[in-house]
Amino acid sequence: MTTTYLEAIRRAMLTEMRADPSVFIMGEDIANYGGAFKITEGFLEEFGPERVVDTPISEAAIVGAAIGAAHMGLKPICEMQFIDFIAPAFDMIVNFAAKVRYRTGVGAGLVIRGPCGGGARAGPFHSQNVESYFANVPGLKMVAPATAHDAMGLLRSSIRDPDPVLYFEHKFLYRRVKEDLPENEDVLIPLGKARTHREGDALTLVTYGAMVYKAEEAADRVANQDGVEIEVLDLRTLRPLDTDAIVASVMKTGRLLIVHEAPRFGGFAGEITAQVCEEAFEWLDAPIRRVTAIDTPVPYSPPLEDYFLPQTEDIVTAARWLLAY
Amino acid sequence: MFRDLVRTRALEERLENLLKQGHVVGGLYRSLGQEATAVGTAMALDDGDWLAPSIRDLGAVLVRGLPPVDVVLQYTARAAGPCSGKDNTNHYTVVDLGILGPVSPLGTQLCVLNGVALTFRNRGSDRVCMTYQGEGATRTGASHEGLAFASALRLPIVVVIEHNRWAFSTRSEQLAAVRDWADVPKAYGVPTISVDGNDVLACREAGVEAVSRARRGDGPTVIVAETYRMVGHAQHDPQSYMPAEELEEWRGRDPIARYERYLLEQGLITSDELLSIRHEVDAELDAAVDQALAAAMPQPLEARTRVYDAPEPDVTPWTRGPGVAGPGAALVRT
Ligand SMILES: Cc1ncc(C[n+]2csc(CCOP(=O)(O)OP(=O)(O)O)c2C)c(N)n1
Repeated sequence: MTTTYLEAIRRAMLTEMRADPSVFIMGEDIANYGGAFKITEGFLEEFGPERVVDTPISEAAIVGAAIGAAHMGLKPICEMQFIDFIAPAFDMIVNFAAKVRYRTGVGAGLVIRGPCGGGARAGPFHSQNVESYFANVPGLKMVAPATAHDAMGLLRSSIRDPDPVLYFEHKFLYRRVKEDLPENEDVLIPLGKARTHREGDALTLVTYGAMVYKAEEAADRVANQDGVEIEVLDLRTLRPLDTDAIVASVMKTGRLLIVHEAPRFGGFAGEITAQVCEEAFEWLDAPIRRVTAIDTPVPYSPPLEDYFLPQTEDIVTAARWLLAY
Repeated sequence: MFRDLVRTRALEERLENLLKQGHVVGGLYRSLGQEATAVGTAMALDDGDWLAPSIRDLGAVLVRGLPPVDVVLQYTARAAGPCSGKDNTNHYTVVDLGILGPVSPLGTQLCVLNGVALTFRNRGSDRVCMTYQGEGATRTGASHEGLAFASALRLPIVVVIEHNRWAFSTRSEQLAAVRDWADVPKAYGVPTISVDGNDVLACREAGVEAVSRARRGDGPTVIVAETYRMVGHAQHDPQSYMPAEELEEWRGRDPIARYERYLLEQGLITSDELLSIRHEVDAELDAAVDQALAAAMPQPLEARTRVYDAPEPDVTPWTRGPGVAGPGAALVRT
């Protein structure tokens, strides 16, 4: 069955909610309206208002309630209308959800999910990638799928996970990514495992989210024009980070390029660089390079946003520089 | 005042057309049916006062003197727009006009406007501030904290709650157990004025009362304006959830038609004069659209400017160290 990235997310929630009555969802405009992007359309009819809960515009209270419900054995999913609006819930996430198991031994298994990312001409408050805001907070897990298959399998695992998971859906992929996902296929993908999106031996390109597709495009171009194969590793889960997979690929290729859509300073590429330097320095034949957004807010005007976002051309240039090193 | 009502609606109609033609990118939120609330209340302000509009308050910024061409430049993402293409919708801050732009996260601008009001008070100035929130936005932590702060410090600030029955797709009765939104400010010890938000004269009157209280140093007031959002949340929302009878009922209370009738019945204006105002507005706005469409988009490199107060754009090299001088120079995007 042809399934979009958006439908895969929807199917993951439907599957888990049908199988486990303790799974429920809270958010703004999700019940009657079916969500700003219509991901939960029909959920209210199927599961009722106890399990599909429209809330006031109060992200802190949504996450707070999810933590309490998780203490009671429920498995809450919180929808942020746009992931940018996770900001008002920051306190609840970093000071309550992330620390409660460590402090008290009582966990808070919950999922906070919402649309992230740029390319929609949506300006600084409907386009952000927020993973790095949370990267320095032990106790949180973070997921950023690129394919419909992964979106489904990782969301199901996130819902089952005993700890808080931030699940970032790239809105640019919602309806653009279409894959054949068998109706009854039982996709369950463990958190913390990267996926080789494209095999190669000349260079390791580590990325995630929507950048997987630009990385693939860049790798294809380099293969066609230069005759060398780039390995594209899709992280899928950002925390726990699959350092083993990154290191194994770097040991094979000797070169590492990291690409992400979030700004550069303090981004995940810095952490990955550090880990590879610590674990595989001897195998590197070239410096590690990053291609990222520039260090600014996400601008609105199309020429500015295009400049802000990493483009295929930038990745090709960086890859060629590394290959020639 | 009639002119500002007409300008508001006619400008939004042009923005909607520009959206359909692809000149406006991203979202467009209209104030159709609510124009009187923004226009009437903003009329109560004087020079030097500050105003922080919410998304449905185009009328208020026009009253405060923002030229329509700036609005079109903003929505068409032009370099010469008030945000230089960096932010969208009504997110512009224009110090000379005392306009404080919002950010998307709801409720936040009230907290920031408190700082403007605090400064007025500390400087011994009698200038005041006015801001707007949908009833949905009043549910945020920022809104609660902002109102609590304003009342504790007795700041010269007027908050207009635009009770337009909907927060995106959610009815106000589902959003809160509150039935009379004038009850909300009571919890903060803030006096309230309830007003028919589709009656521009009543809105102005409420504004004048609240503003004079603030000017006297008697602290904040909340105006609750009862109105109705006649279109979807944004242009991408088909508003299928809105009951047709209710829309019909509120169409009968259209604020512009109502004020027009009043002016004619009172003999304050002739229909010829009304018509010529409409023609003048059309001419003004057509010129604004032409001027904006002829304006340039920003240059890509402008994306880097203005993150900090620094004269030069921050061209952080894609790579530092030995690579820059060598082949890595190619990685420096300038
Ligand atoms: C903190 C936050 N959460 C969610 C949103 C998404 N959002 C934008 S407008 C809106 C509804 C606003 O309703 P209301 O405040 O009543 O204003 P109205 O649109 O009715 O004028 C929502 C939920 C947001 N902008 N900010």
